[in-house]
Amino acid sequence: MSSHGMLDLGDNLLTPGTVTSTLPTEDPSSAAGPRNRRAALRELLHNHLGLIGLSIIVLMVLFSFVGPLVYHTNQVTTNLTQVNLPPSGKFPLGTDQVGYDVLGRLMVAGQSSLEVGLAAAVIAAGIGTLWGAVSAFAGGWVDSVMMRIVDALIAIPTVLLVLLLATIVTPSVLTMIYVLGFVSWIITARVVRGEVLVLRTLDYVSASRVAGERPVRIVLRHVVRNVIGIVAVQATFEVANAILLLATLSFLGLGPPPPAVNWGGMLTTGLNYIFDGYWWQIYPAGLCIVLTVVAFNLLGDATRDALDVRLRQD
Amino acid sequence: MIVFGVLHFLPGSPARAMLGVRATPGAIAAFNKANGYNRALPMQYLLYIDRLVHGNLGFSYHMDQSVGSLLMLDLPKTALLVGIAYVLAILIAIPVGLAQALKRNKPLDHGFTVFAFIGYSMPMFWLAMLLIVLFAVQTHVLPPQAGTAASSVGAVFHNPKVLVLPIATLTIVTVAQFSRFMRTAAIDNLLQDYIRTAKAKGLSQRQLVMRHLLRNSLLPIVTLIGLSLPAVISGAIVVEAVFNYPGMGWLFWQAASTHDYPVLMGFTIVVAVATVVGNLLADIVYAILDPRIRYSRA
Repeated sequence: MSSHGMLDLGDNLLTPGTVTSTLPTEDPSSAAGPRNRRAALRELLHNHLGLIGLSIIVLMVLFSFVGPLVYHTNQVTTNLTQVNLPPSGKFPLGTDQVGYDVLGRLMVAGQSSLEVGLAAAVIAAGIGTLWGAVSAFAGGWVDSVMMRIVDALIAIPTVLLVLLLATIVTPSVLTMIYVLGFVSWIITARVVRGEVLVLRTLDYVSASRVAGERPVRIVLRHVVRNVIGIVAVQATFEVANAILLLATLSFLGLGPPPPAVNWGGMLTTGLNYIFDGYWWQIYPAGLCIVLTVVAFNLLGDATRDALDVRLRQD
Repeated sequence: MIVFGVLHFLPGSPARAMLGVRATPGAIAAFNKANGYNRALPMQYLLYIDRLVHGNLGFSYHMDQSVGSLLMLDLPKTALLVGIAYVLAILIAIPVGLAQALKRNKPLDHGFTVFAFIGYSMPMFWLAMLLIVLFAVQTHVLPPQAGTAASSVGAVFHNPKVLVLPIATLTIVTVAQFSRFMRTAAIDNLLQDYIRTAKAKGLSQRQLVMRHLLRNSLLPIVTLIGLSLPAVISGAIVVEAVFNYPGMGWLFWQAASTHDYPVLMGFTIVVAVATVVGNLLADIVYAILDPRIRYSRA
């Protein structure tokens, strides 16, 4: 979505956000498992871009959540005597149209941007995994119906879907999480279904079925363990998408209303002053979004490469 | 479609939206009856579908116009915007992707990779803002808003400058995506045996690229063009909102803000149909490009 929402499409084909099969042909819960996982972790740490992504994410989290503890600003009451001030010693990034310190505001806004992004991705991963796994295991007409619903949702632009849902709910940080989570599970569902279809036929799964293990246990023990890697990768991309979508929604006036604030909302108020040359209301928030989204995309790419056995050969 | 049939009826009643919060229960009942809202939901849905297949998309009470006529007015403007952006994006992304593949891991490749990565990590409206700052605020070369200068397709042609920034925004983001796919496709093809054969028989680089590489690498792009229509339309909604370009996306945005469900439904249906048609066209072009693909006649 995407994209941006724009990225929604890129995610189900090639780069970035392509999730390729990572299925081991042997049971990972046997001795080979931890070693493989450790190898993947080592691989990830050797990937410079992935490390850069991870560092940016850590920095952004520290900035948003620890930052306000160090750098105290008043983000509750407006102060009309210090409106739209340019950056100075007292206000490193100036003030906005109601007198909030922009640097402090970036931190507070970052909290909800990151929270919404992460929570939406977790919800999407949950729905997507369940939907895909159930669809693949059920087979037959249930599978057909569930996948037609997925196809129908793919044909609808993400921004359009988000706008439709946003008109139905009362906007708040919590409802934004639900809305964004609800539009982001589709690709995960497809990927998981594909994996599970293959997995069902693998020998060790058949063996446990023959051995009389119950379906629920097979799903938990073998299926979930095997798809968790790709689901995590896809979720990383969905965090990036959700942050972008939240910004877009706020821009279109359907985001969480004040006092809630996110980077997209800050940009939107900055737009009103675009002709006044108040650059500190336009660049910092935008840079925060781009950095964070790039970081999650880099991390997702790196994790995928680390998990992908075939790519590791090169 | 079914999903949207359901979604359509979830939220607060159209009668409330239309007649205001102080409407008497009697007035609401009369309104509901006149518009069929008093029937069971499945009945309402069937009625909607029935009208739909007869070409009636419903009536917008906010705009006091039929949804069909609203879309007729605004669809061409959006089609113009999206169409030009698409063509430009393809024309730019194909050579860029090819060049990246041929110069893999050279500075040129890395440069475009960074551009692409930032391109799709950027909120589209922020990119639009930056372009406005650069071309409208600081240099006054281009108008920052379309507004009434784009009231009809004819008006847009009289004043083509209003199109430049919206199209540029949409094109940049789309190029960022398409060029990545083109690069991947071309790299895949470069590793194939037939390329080595062609090199061995002494084809020049130019012949090799034009005759073999380009055609084969275009295949995934064709699929992508069909599939990416929803994403580009997502972009069009945002771009039209930023530049105040009164097309379908802008109409949809307004309808979303005023809870104008007939318009939202109509727009969604048009987009879904466009996506299906886009995929169909992509399949047809696919068959033309690749003689190995033949759809069975059975």
